[in-house]
Amino acid sequence: MDAVLDNLDAYRQGFVTTLTLTVIASALALVLGTLLAAMRVSPIPTLRGAGTTYVAIVRNTPLTVVFFFVVFVLPQLDISLSFFVFAVIAVTFYHAAFFCEVVRSGINSVAAGQAEAARSIGLTFTQSLRLVILPQAFRTVIPPLISVVIALTKNTSIAAAFGVIELTAIGTRLANANGDAVIPLLAGVAVCYLVITLPSGWLAGRLERRLAVAR
Amino acid sequence: MSEAVLYDVAGPRSRRRIFAGSVIGLLVIAAILGVAVARLAAKGAFDPDLWRVLTRNDVQRLLGRGLVATLRAALLAMVLSMLVGALLAVGRLSRRSWLARLAGGWVELFRGLPLLLLILFVFLGLPALGVTVSTFWALVVGLTLYNSAVIGEIFRAGILSLPRGQTEAAYAIGLREGQTLRLILLPQAIRRMLPALVSQLVTLLKDTSLGFVIGYAELLRNGRTGVEFLGGKYSIPIYTAIAVIYIAVNGSLSLLAGWLDRRTRRQLGRTVQTSVADEAA
Repeated sequence: MDAVLDNLDAYRQGFVTTLTLTVIASALALVLGTLLAAMRVSPIPTLRGAGTTYVAIVRNTPLTVVFFFVVFVLPQLDISLSFFVFAVIAVTFYHAAFFCEVVRSGINSVAAGQAEAARSIGLTFTQSLRLVILPQAFRTVIPPLISVVIALTKNTSIAAAFGVIELTAIGTRLANANGDAVIPLLAGVAVCYLVITLPSGWLAGRLERRLAVAR
Repeated sequence: MSEAVLYDVAGPRSRRRIFAGSVIGLLVIAAILGVAVARLAAKGAFDPDLWRVLTRNDVQRLLGRGLVATLRAALLAMVLSMLVGALLAVGRLSRRSWLARLAGGWVELFRGLPLLLLILFVFLGLPALGVTVSTFWALVVGLTLYNSAVIGEIFRAGILSLPRGQTEAAYAIGLREGQTLRLILLPQAIRRMLPALVSQLVTLLKDTSLGFVIGYAELLRNGRTGVEFLGGKYSIPIYTAIAVIYIAVNGSLSLLAGWLDRRTRRQLGRTVQTSVADEAA
């Protein structure tokens, strides 16, 4: 227990890094994912095909492999960025596919009459998507979006293996330095993650129940 | 809502517009790919000599052994996760409230933690308690801790998706709680869960790549070993080969899951759906 209390500062740093990585990557992945979802429902076949291909590839590739391409292949092309930026890129491009799927299922959950009504008053595809469908879709997708953000938070731990000093990296470092207190030190890291994931999970569950009643 | 509702059957003007959009979209995508390809080509990434490394016997053997190790860890973890997951589901559905709460807490706890942290817990924590653990078992146990929680929820959803009358009828003919579950509910639920279980296997296969972090010689680790031995410029062909292997294996399983899901839904009306978030993690 003392080992944990002695290293509170390291934990705080790791927690802040994990949180920063999560927030930046979530925001970017949400934007990219929404764009992909719009592509996947658009009337233009090439855009639909491109969106579908992207999602199919990413869904079947491990995040670790995405990290490999970003961290080991980009430097081969003389693209050198900090480990943190590499991690943001890898996490963003991987999770964009999942944000896309959530947004797309949200679009599909909006009642057909809404789109028909939008079209019948003469709105174009972009207008009906932007003014009618997406505002309603986002409401229903908030709980699953939170779930994907939770998954993203947990997945940022993989950045530990690629040079980012976030929570998991702090945990292994401390554990390797204090062989007598490995379990309490890692439990400390676990608590930090649970502080983020459990309340978010409860929030998602509550919102989901409330929306289920509202609909 | 089907996506076709978002736009009309195209008339001549929108057909022209869609055509123009297609061309522009194609150009934008081609431009993005073109820049990437040009950049890769400038660095000699398409040099046939570079790619010939994949025809080398030792490289193929290295990747082959890695794939076998990946599949071995994934399949064992899948079997164990299903066993533990079934116990967790039974626990959560039990009429004993302490058991239901305990199993529920277990599921919440392990689903809330990063898989990598669980693997490290086993890999670093057990030796600290004086138990030696190989990288293989650290990976398998870590995967099982996490995936049993997810699969437990799939089992539970499968059982809950059955009509209440099934349970009531089983009790009415005098079956006990355990018998009801084993003889009546599980055989029916398993068909509804099968597609979800296959897609969870895809997630699990992806997750075995975390074995790389603790040094288990799976596909990715072996690829890295090869690149370290041969030189950094071979990272492009070797990692591309690895990505293609993952996409081929997981893609076929995903297609199988999709096909099973459509078929089962046609026959039984509904199936257990996995959440997008579970696929991401």
